Amino acid sequence: MSRAKLTRPAAAEMDLKVVRHMARLAHLTLDEGELSTMGRDLSRILGYVAKLDELDTTDVPATTHAVALPTAWRDDLVRPGLAHEQRLGNAPEPLGEGFGVPKIIE
Amino acid sequence: MTTLCDKTIHELGALLGKGEASSVEATRACLLRLEETRHHNAYLHVDPKGALTAAKEADLRRAAGEPRGPLDGVPVALKDNMLVAGLPTTCASHMLEGFIAPYDATVVRKLKAAGAVLLGKLNMDEFAMGSSSEHSHFGPVQNPWDPARVPGGSSGGSAAAVAAGSAFAALGTDTGGSIRQPAAFCGVVGCKPTYSRVSRYGVVAFASSLDQVGPLSKDVTDCALMLEVIAGHDEKDSTSAAAPVPSYSAALKGGVRGLRLGLPQEYFIEGIDPEVRAAIDAAVATWRGLGAEVVAVSLPTTDYAIACYYLLCTAEASSNLARFDGVRYGRRAAGDLGLREMYGATRAAGFGQEVKRRIMLGTYVLSAGYYDAYYKKAQAVRTLVQRDFAAAFATCDALVTPTTPTTAFALGERLADPMTMYLADVFTVGANIAGLPGLSLPCGQGSTGLPIGVQILGPHFAEATLLRIGRALELACGEDRVRRLPPRASARASVLGVPA
Repeated sequence: MSRAKLTRPAAAEMDLKVVRHMARLAHLTLDEGELSTMGRDLSRILGYVAKLDELDTTDVPATTHAVALPTAWRDDLVRPGLAHEQRLGNAPEPLGEGFGVPKIIE
Repeated sequence: MTTLCDKTIHELGALLGKGEASSVEATRACLLRLEETRHHNAYLHVDPKGALTAAKEADLRRAAGEPRGPLDGVPVALKDNMLVAGLPTTCASHMLEGFIAPYDATVVRKLKAAGAVLLGKLNMDEFAMGSSSEHSHFGPVQNPWDPARVPGGSSGGSAAAVAAGSAFAALGTDTGGSIRQPAAFCGVVGCKPTYSRVSRYGVVAFASSLDQVGPLSKDVTDCALMLEVIAGHDEKDSTSAAAPVPSYSAALKGGVRGLRLGLPQEYFIEGIDPEVRAAIDAAVATWRGLGAEVVAVSLPTTDYAIACYYLLCTAEASSNLARFDGVRYGRRAAGDLGLREMYGATRAAGFGQEVKRRIMLGTYVLSAGYYDAYYKKAQAVRTLVQRDFAAAFATCDALVTPTTPTTAFALGERLADPMTMYLADVFTVGANIAGLPGLSLPCGQGSTGLPIGVQILGPHFAEATLLRIGRALELACGEDRVRRLPPRASARASVLGVPA
C-alpha cells in the first residue's frame, strides 16, 4: 500500500452527508442533533488516529492473528443443540415456530 | 481476624478445611456486605437463592470428605457479559434488558464444576465499551475507596465487588485493559491471560481478536487459583489454545532471582502522576533487591497503540453488534415499522451513546473508500506493535510498567470528551494488540489513599512467570490484607477489634 493512496479527511468536521450514510449502514436511526454530535466526535477521534500516518508500513504485512493458532477442525456431525423453545425464549416477537419480523413484501 | 468476606480464597479454604467456617457462612457474609455496599452499584443481578443452594451442596460435599478443590464453596461473581443458564445477561445495556441466558458460558461451566458459588452478575460499561463503568444503562459504579471516583472499566463492577468484599473473586473481560485498569483503580489483582488461553464461548463479543476473560482477586495466590480453573482448551471456541494448563499456584514460589525485568522507556513519560511513578520505582527496587536484573528496553510504537486499538476494536464491534437487531433476542422498538425502520429504531433506542459512537466509527473505518486508510493501516501497525514486544522479550523475561498513568479519576470527569477517556488505556492496550498476558497488582497508595497498580507483561503463555513475579512483590511488601481494604471495610474491621 503506497502512502499516496491514503485519503483521510483533515481534522475538519466530517461532512454530515457522510455521517448520515454511516448511520444508515449501521442501522442506527439518529436525529439531526445526534448526527451533528456524532460528526464532531468522530472527526476528533479520526484527527487523533491520523497519527498512524507517521509510521511507514510499506511492506509491513497486516496482522491476521495475534497468537498463531492452528485452524480448528472437527467432523461434520449433527449434535444436539438448544431446544426450540429455548431458541425462541428471548425473541421479542416469536411467531409460531419462528421469529416474527415486519412484513417486507407488500 | 477480619470479617469472613474480607478473607482471601486460600484463607477461606483453610477455614473450610478445618471446619472453622462453612460455605453458607461465607456466602451469607458476602450477601450481607453486598447489601451494605448497595450504593456502589457493583451488582446488576443477585441470586441469593441459587448461591445459598450451591453453598449448602458444597458444605455437604466437604462433610462427606469429597471437596472438589480450592474453589469448592467459594462465593464469586461474574461480569454481566457472561452467560449463566437461567440468569439475566444484560451487558449493562437497555438492549438486553430481560434477556435470560439459555446456556452456560464455558468459564461458568468450569467454575460450577469446581464447586464455586455464583453470587450474581456485575455492572460494567455497556457491552464492555468504556474505561470508567459510567457507560452503564443501570447507572455508574462507585469506587469503594472513594465514592466520588470511578472504579475504572469496563470490569468496574468486578473490581469494586472484590475490593468491597461482596465477592471473594470475580471474572472480568479485558479488550484494551478492562480487567487490569479497574484492578489498579480498586486496589485488587487482575489478570488478562494470553489471547486464546481462556475460552470465550458464552461471553458476549465486543472485539473478538482482542477480548479475553480473566480473574480479579484479592491477592496473587487467589488469581492463580481462579486462572487454573478457567484456563484451557475448549472445542466450542475455535480460537482457544490447545497448550496444557500448568499449575499456576505451584509456580508462585519461584521468586525472581535471575529473572530479567524490562522497563520500557516509553511508558515512563511526562504525564504520569509522580506518585504513580514513585510507587512503580519502589516496586522495581524491591524486585531488584530480591535478585532480579532490571534492564531498559524500548517499545517505539507505544505512542501509536491507542490509535491502532480504537480502529481495530470499533471495526470489530460494529460487526459483532450487528446481531442486535430486535429479531432473535433483546428489545424491539414498538410501532408499526418496516424492517429497516425497525432495525434503526431498535438499535437507536437500545444502545447508549458510547456504543453508538463506536459502532459508527467502526462502520466508517470498514466502509468502502476508507478501509485501506484506516482498518488495513491499523492491522499493519498491529504487526509493528507485536514486533516491538517480540524484540523486547528477546532481552528480558517480563516487562514492568504502571497499569495506569494516574489513580482513579472523578466520576463525570472524562465523560464529555471520549478521547481523554480513551487515553486512560494507554499502558494496557498494547497487550491486547499483541495478544500478551498481563497482570496488575497493587503496589502502593497515593497521598489521598487511592490505590496504585503495577503491570507486569510477558510473552505468550507466560502467565506463571507473571504470577511468580507478582507474588514475590506481595511477599516482600508483607501480607497485611487489612491495609488494602477500602476505608469502609477497614472501619468495619476496626469495629470488630482489628486495627485498620
